[in-house]
Amino acid sequence: MAADASTPVLTRLAARRPGVISSLGLVFVALLVFWLAVNFTKGPSYFVEVLLIGLATGCVYALVALGYTLVYGILELINFAHGDVFMLGGMIAVSFATLFGLTAGSAALWPLVIVVMLIAMVCCGAINAAIEFIAYKPLRHAPRLAPLITAIGVSFILEDIGLAWKGPNYVNFPDVMPRSDAFAFYGVDVTWNKLIVLLITVPVLMVLLWLVQKTRQGKAMRAVAQDKDAAAIMGIDVNRTISFTFLIAGGLAGAAGLLYALYVTTVRFDQGFQLGLIAFTSAVLGGIGNLPGAVLGAILIGCIQAFNEGLLWHAPGSDWTESIVFAILILILVFRPEGLLGERTPEGG
Amino acid sequence: MPGEEIGLRNQLRARWRAQPQERRWAVTVTLQVLLAILFFFMDHALGYATLVIAALLWLRKLSDLQRLVVELVLVAALAYPQPSLAIALAIVFAVFWMPSSYRRWLLPLAALLTAVAYPFFFDRMFTIPVFGPFPDIATGVYMVVFIMMAVGLNMVVGYAGLLDLGYVAFYATGAYTTAWFASLQFPHRTIHFGAIGLFPSNLPGIHITIWLLLPLAGIFTALCGILIGLPTLRLRGDYLAIVTLGFGEILPQVAKNGQSLFGFNLTNGPNGITPLDSPGFGNHLSSWTGGFLPSNYLTCCKAHLLGHAVTSADVFFWTALLLLIFTVFCSIRLRDSRLGRAWVAIREDETAAAAMGIPLMRTKTWAYASGAFFGGLAGAYYAAFKSATFPGDFFFNISVFILCMVILGGMGNIWGVMIGAAFLAYLNQEGLANTGAWINTNIHFFGHHPNIDVPLYASGIYGAIILIVMLFRPEGLLPSRRVAAELHEGVHDEPLYDATHAG
Repeated sequence: MAADASTPVLTRLAARRPGVISSLGLVFVALLVFWLAVNFTKGPSYFVEVLLIGLATGCVYALVALGYTLVYGILELINFAHGDVFMLGGMIAVSFATLFGLTAGSAALWPLVIVVMLIAMVCCGAINAAIEFIAYKPLRHAPRLAPLITAIGVSFILEDIGLAWKGPNYVNFPDVMPRSDAFAFYGVDVTWNKLIVLLITVPVLMVLLWLVQKTRQGKAMRAVAQDKDAAAIMGIDVNRTISFTFLIAGGLAGAAGLLYALYVTTVRFDQGFQLGLIAFTSAVLGGIGNLPGAVLGAILIGCIQAFNEGLLWHAPGSDWTESIVFAILILILVFRPEGLLGERTPEGG
Repeated sequence: MPGEEIGLRNQLRARWRAQPQERRWAVTVTLQVLLAILFFFMDHALGYATLVIAALLWLRKLSDLQRLVVELVLVAALAYPQPSLAIALAIVFAVFWMPSSYRRWLLPLAALLTAVAYPFFFDRMFTIPVFGPFPDIATGVYMVVFIMMAVGLNMVVGYAGLLDLGYVAFYATGAYTTAWFASLQFPHRTIHFGAIGLFPSNLPGIHITIWLLLPLAGIFTALCGILIGLPTLRLRGDYLAIVTLGFGEILPQVAKNGQSLFGFNLTNGPNGITPLDSPGFGNHLSSWTGGFLPSNYLTCCKAHLLGHAVTSADVFFWTALLLLIFTVFCSIRLRDSRLGRAWVAIREDETAAAAMGIPLMRTKTWAYASGAFFGGLAGAYYAAFKSATFPGDFFFNISVFILCMVILGGMGNIWGVMIGAAFLAYLNQEGLANTGAWINTNIHFFGHHPNIDVPLYASGIYGAIILIVMLFRPEGLLPSRRVAAELHEGVHDEPLYDATHAG
């Protein structure tokens, strides 16, 4: 509000009575900062390396979380099957990577990786758009829980398609990521594999941002997200725009599938469920429907996961990662459902 | 919009209805016969079964006299080759000859009597084509327990319209309550309460009789439901679903990592808590009732009843049926109570319900607590039956499995939910394995048998069931008329308290 900006800071602070819950939240955040600070002083360079792991994981989460946020922004639907589209992306990437015979050190390696990524993006985009056409479009005027229930059904079907395709065991992706140091910086080793994840993610995000903010189709997406009827009156083909959004979201999931397979070097049929929920948490944390929010939330969640699993002083450990992530999800939904970047109305832009 | 033919499916249906009746009948009969012939070459029994089912479908079209004659002929024809099938058909026909005002009571009563008598005749029943023999009694216990859970979830999802994706958390809470208070889990305390019958009285650990633990587990779970519900129930439908899913995911992880919570072994980790005390009434009550109430369910069974050697599974089954009757009774009474009508009102239109003076939060919390109570009860009993709890039993797919039962049967209609639950629980326990075996032996392409491990794809099959039901018959197999109307005509389901937009 405009009036708030002109009043002195102290008066504004005094006007906001601190409630019990927000004080508790502050105490909790203070403890968290203290814990991070102690860990940092015990080994600064190690701490930064863990942070880099978190950044790399966060990048993968960001690509998946953007898919959730795009779809939610336009349909207000939690696309439960999105995590499994990501899993199928990983499987498609594995198939084509072994088909092309990716080997570490060959000259054609990185062009081939890009080609595999594009194939995975196209396939996943098509799969996602097909899912929308089959499972969500007929239910557009049903009660809002109906498409969520079908989304769960689709998620289980996709998971079993992955199971039937690649079997119940881990499938290996060719181990082509160099783990050597790209450079060292004040004793912090920055390895190539993390750098490559960043180098692939950032351009994809830039393209997405350009698509949503600068193109006609992006403008249509934002318009449909704001008001479907008004958009239709303005001559926008709402159904096509929704399909396009699913296509984009699926493409991002495909890219994430390849990156994850490249980084972790294994793929399995049930990876999509957990990672999908974590990515959804990221989207909610950043403010669902908000694109920069999804990226911010994903990087935060990635770092939280890395700190929890990597730090040495009083970290709960990887056994508790999911519990922590879901606890964050619940707390955010209960106390600040509009997320960190707090947009009240979800809009695709 | 009602009355308007939208969509390919409705247009096809309208065109079909426009055809003359004779042509529709001729086409139907031809298709049925062709299908029966096709099935006959896959599996003889399946071909005959198709013909019988087709005949049953045609019964509705006949006049009373014709119907009676056809039914008698059918029963008489089957009496020699398949006596059990003939008796079953005769009972079904008899029930449908009753006036429909009696049928409301007779159908559940007949089903209940059949269920109670089931242990006496299940091994003499006919073999169902594709699905194989009738389920055994242990599967029966599993089915009854899952019917209870589905009826409990139906209160939350079907009556109140709150999608709960973490129902397994309540199941787990109930199961662990039994496990803590009726096992050797806490050996440093020695507390005995109530007769158990099996153990010496100085056995370490907490041992409380199951008859006290069942209500305790229910109440404890209901309290957990209230605790989860209070902060979350003001959320919008889809957010609520995700929050419940979050709880449902956290709980098994706590159970899995719970062997050293700050050095305290709460859940014994991934190894689970096993064995648990078997239910029983103790020696005093047993001898006082002349052995009618068994002193211990595991060692009880030496009795012969009507030429049938009673097994411990039978006793578990009958007890489960008693609990189910209690659950169904409560569910029906709750549905017809002031509270139940408030749930339906909230499901249909929150704003209007609030305007009529319904306290939203309290009503929703009650729905949650009632659903949780029966989930906990079923979980507690099932843990006692299995004599174990493992964290691996409480994953998300169980929640979806129970949700699938509710959706398949028909949200909001308790009879539909029970049928859906019985069918899916049977599929999960025996049916999928039998069907898989049938597919792998009887279907072949050019001499190759498909070697499919059908039970492996159970969750995908449930997913497909959910998808198909939601797309083609969202009101379920046996719909509640009201839910069907809501699904087809739409509801005003924008919530009144929308935390996401409250800012």
